[in-house]
Amino acid sequence: MLRPYNDGMSGERPARLPERDRPWMMRTYAGHSTAKASNELYRRNLAKGQTGLSIAFDLPTQTGYDPDDELSRGEVGKVGVPISHRGDMAALMDGIPLDEMNTSMTINATAAWLLALYIVTAEQQGAGEDQLQGTTQNDIIKEFLARGTYAFPPAPSMRLIADMIAYTVEHVPRWNPINICSYHLQEAGATPVQEIAYAMSNAVAVLDAARERVDPDLMEQVFGRISFFVNAGVRFIEEHAKLRAMSILWEQIGKDRYGVQDARHLRFRYGVQVNSLGLTEVQPENNVQRIVLEALAVTLGRDARARAIQLPAWNEALGLPRPWDQQWSLRIQQVLAYETDILEYGDIFEGSKVMDALVQELLEGARAEMDVVAQHGGAVEAVPYMKAALVDSHRERLRRIEGGEQVVVGQNRFEETEQSPLTADAEGGILVVDPALEAEQIEALRAWRSGRDEGAVREALEQLAEAARDETGAVNLMVPTIAAARAGVTTGEWAGTLRGVFGSYRAPTGVGEATAGSSNGELAELRAEVERLQEQLGRRPKMLVGKPGLDGHSNGAEQVALRARDAGMDVVYDGIRLTPAQIAASALQEGVHVIGLSILSGSHRELIPAVMEALRDRGVQAPVIVGGIIPEQDVPDLREAGAAAVYTPKDFDITRIMREIVALLAAEAERPALAAGSAPA
Amino acid sequence: MSPDGAALAARLRARDLDAAPAALNLLESNAAEDRREAESLLSALAPGALGEEAPGHVIGVTGPPGAGKSTMLSALLAGWRARRRTVALLAVDPSSRRSGGSLLGDRARIDFDAGDEGVLIRSSAAGERLGGLARSTAAAAEALAVAFDVVVIETVGVGQAETDVAEAADTVVVVVQPGAGDALQFLKSGIMEVPDVLVVTKADLGRLATATRRDLAAALRSLGARSTPVLAISSVPPSSGIGELLDVLEQHRESVDVAARRTRARRTRALREFLAEHGERGLRGIGGRAQAERLLAAEDPGAEVPSLIAALERTLAG
Repeated sequence: MLRPYNDGMSGERPARLPERDRPWMMRTYAGHSTAKASNELYRRNLAKGQTGLSIAFDLPTQTGYDPDDELSRGEVGKVGVPISHRGDMAALMDGIPLDEMNTSMTINATAAWLLALYIVTAEQQGAGEDQLQGTTQNDIIKEFLARGTYAFPPAPSMRLIADMIAYTVEHVPRWNPINICSYHLQEAGATPVQEIAYAMSNAVAVLDAARERVDPDLMEQVFGRISFFVNAGVRFIEEHAKLRAMSILWEQIGKDRYGVQDARHLRFRYGVQVNSLGLTEVQPENNVQRIVLEALAVTLGRDARARAIQLPAWNEALGLPRPWDQQWSLRIQQVLAYETDILEYGDIFEGSKVMDALVQELLEGARAEMDVVAQHGGAVEAVPYMKAALVDSHRERLRRIEGGEQVVVGQNRFEETEQSPLTADAEGGILVVDPALEAEQIEALRAWRSGRDEGAVREALEQLAEAARDETGAVNLMVPTIAAARAGVTTGEWAGTLRGVFGSYRAPTGVGEATAGSSNGELAELRAEVERLQEQLGRRPKMLVGKPGLDGHSNGAEQVALRARDAGMDVVYDGIRLTPAQIAASALQEGVHVIGLSILSGSHRELIPAVMEALRDRGVQAPVIVGGIIPEQDVPDLREAGAAAVYTPKDFDITRIMREIVALLAAEAERPALAAGSAPA
Repeated sequence: MSPDGAALAARLRARDLDAAPAALNLLESNAAEDRREAESLLSALAPGALGEEAPGHVIGVTGPPGAGKSTMLSALLAGWRARRRTVALLAVDPSSRRSGGSLLGDRARIDFDAGDEGVLIRSSAAGERLGGLARSTAAAAEALAVAFDVVVIETVGVGQAETDVAEAADTVVVVVQPGAGDALQFLKSGIMEVPDVLVVTKADLGRLATATRRDLAAALRSLGARSTPVLAISSVPPSSGIGELLDVLEQHRESVDVAARRTRARRTRALREFLAEHGERGLRGIGGRAQAERLLAAEDPGAEVPSLIAALERTLAG
């Protein structure tokens, strides 16, 4: 049941609360370049009235590589701050008292490591671990499903999570060890029902794993420490209903499955980052009103209001937001909390027939879908099923947008626009990270390595490996992890040691299982063109689709792969985290006619030239098509580097992209060298 | 302008692995000129021309989706490379051909060192039925077996898939996961032919894996196939059974008469392709199936498929 605010009072509730509610925690997801630069940013944000920190780590830190690893090329300091060791963490938190701060870390595969660095940093500041407050995202299932920054196979990943829960519930009791994320599921195309069902199934898998590692008496507290990280789209009424449905389901799961009694522990606690998927590159100022409406979804009704909110910036679809862009988003929250009257009333939807019916509808759908996941053996086993379902939903969403059924203002309707003054500056209204930083970071890392006690490092890593190898799990992995953090071990060494024991892993891609697309008129025409191209080439046109670098956001690449398949091509889907050498080897061995690469992390300026060089080395002549979050002003340079075509977020019509690729190949086929495929004879 | 089939054949004979992608492009092509070059490539690599059967070990690996084939192949690739064998993997994907296109996701599932030029992975879409091979796959395996030490053909399915693979492989491996009842039933009822090696994956599941292995071994015994090895492997670290599987595969290859098996397979394929091209009427035109088999048996044991088909077609025309 949703909790009334005035239990025990008889009669009609008063319209106004006796006392205005305290606002939610306000954060900005931030971090870039270096620990020092990010620290300055955090201090400025706190001075502006932000009440908690939300750390964005760069992709090497998230996936467990040091800046000097081959895979880190182009990614260091791009989408977040690089943290390689306790020295970096100390610099990041310099002058910020950790015993008072509430810090949220978007960190998953390497969450145990970053929490250890945070604990050690607090220790150096003189704060005990029992004083620390905050959240580690730590949700690995959604990494397999949607975000792609996993490091280890499912079973040991779940063990790391369970160990963190077991450790924090005893030693860091005010910490939320895991934030179950439905956020990324929506970004990957989930419907509200899928978002609810998969998040709840995921939470059940985590709790079941924790139950194996935790004293039964502590399970009630463990349940109470599980929080959620949700998404809210622009259909904000339904989105609010979704959150009410989630709180009902959560309470029920707590009571029925885990025997939780205490009402405080049964409460559905969630933080939010509102939807980025629906933000557009065209007329980007429209994103401001989208963000405001989405914020209403998570604040309007008191019974399902967010505990913490961070809002995306208006220019996210263009590239990395600048501090000023993020300030604008913080101000949205502050206006909502301090100028409007939403915090003055009880739950304004109580008794609403429409809201109750919506909630009921979502609950029924979600329960049925949770049963399907359970039949697959639970969330871990059901990853391939859920992944394929998400890929299908996302395709359906794109189909509706491309067909104009779902209106996106400025993109598929009301496209006429004046020139925006917001993007008129030289950088196009985004933050550009200095590429020289990567080399500096590598230098600094080498200096760190040479200044530490190597014997202590080796010893700490051996202890870690030994604990990991022990399948009975006698030692909680947090213990040797914290010891390693103290000894000066680096992120890459910690993760590398565990990879050595646990093995590495490639998650299911979901594209193989996705159903064949409908054959509407436009696609049928395209197929006829592909048939003609096949006659020209002698073979069916073959396309390689993959993602170079560490960015795991594969939704776009998956949809391009599906559409190419539906258009009649043979598509080799090579997945995420590819080195330039891997891409070149795949292109050569598979004999593809065209290569499609997707990058969302801003590392295209480094990675595309590197891929082109690797292709030249192997003698591959197939044209390269690039897509992703590519700022318009980078397009000429990528073309200069050899990309045959570049698609930015404004190119939402994938069928059109396919048509252009087919036309390109038809033109190339006229050139004799390519007639037999990309490989040199 | 087509690539020169004879030149590519010469490079493959010199074990120049870089020639493999272009040879595969040629073999997959339907363009008339490419088909002629492909035939000259194949005839230059035929046992008759080589003076022996191609030295590579052609291994067919098949099993239902989710059985753990890709994971097993990742471990086998590492094992073969540690033994200094070069490996070509032809991954045949069951992906839907409904739109004419296909999604080949296997490459993303297999773990290998991209910088290692001793490994080649090539994905292709399956033929008409589940587990069936595309026309070019058997020819590709033949050509690659000249240059690579090991050639793996990976297909998906249980029950029919082995038949096609058996026509192209020296050793057929069927992979099942613990608790998979289908394979057991298919084996007992004779829907599935007895493979050369049976592998039960996910041995880390313990008792269930042991039970599955025992049931399969019992079924094989009752079918009189006592000597067919049934192995349990686990790819979860610490992995187990991979070294043993590598040994068993080598032992099988040494124990079979490869030349006889390949000759038989080439003749079967030639007859099937003739049938696909000319139909039952064409078959009657040369005196029926038995007569066709006699005609093929009279040809050189080392003759490659296109020349066997040509022999049948000469009879039809004459």
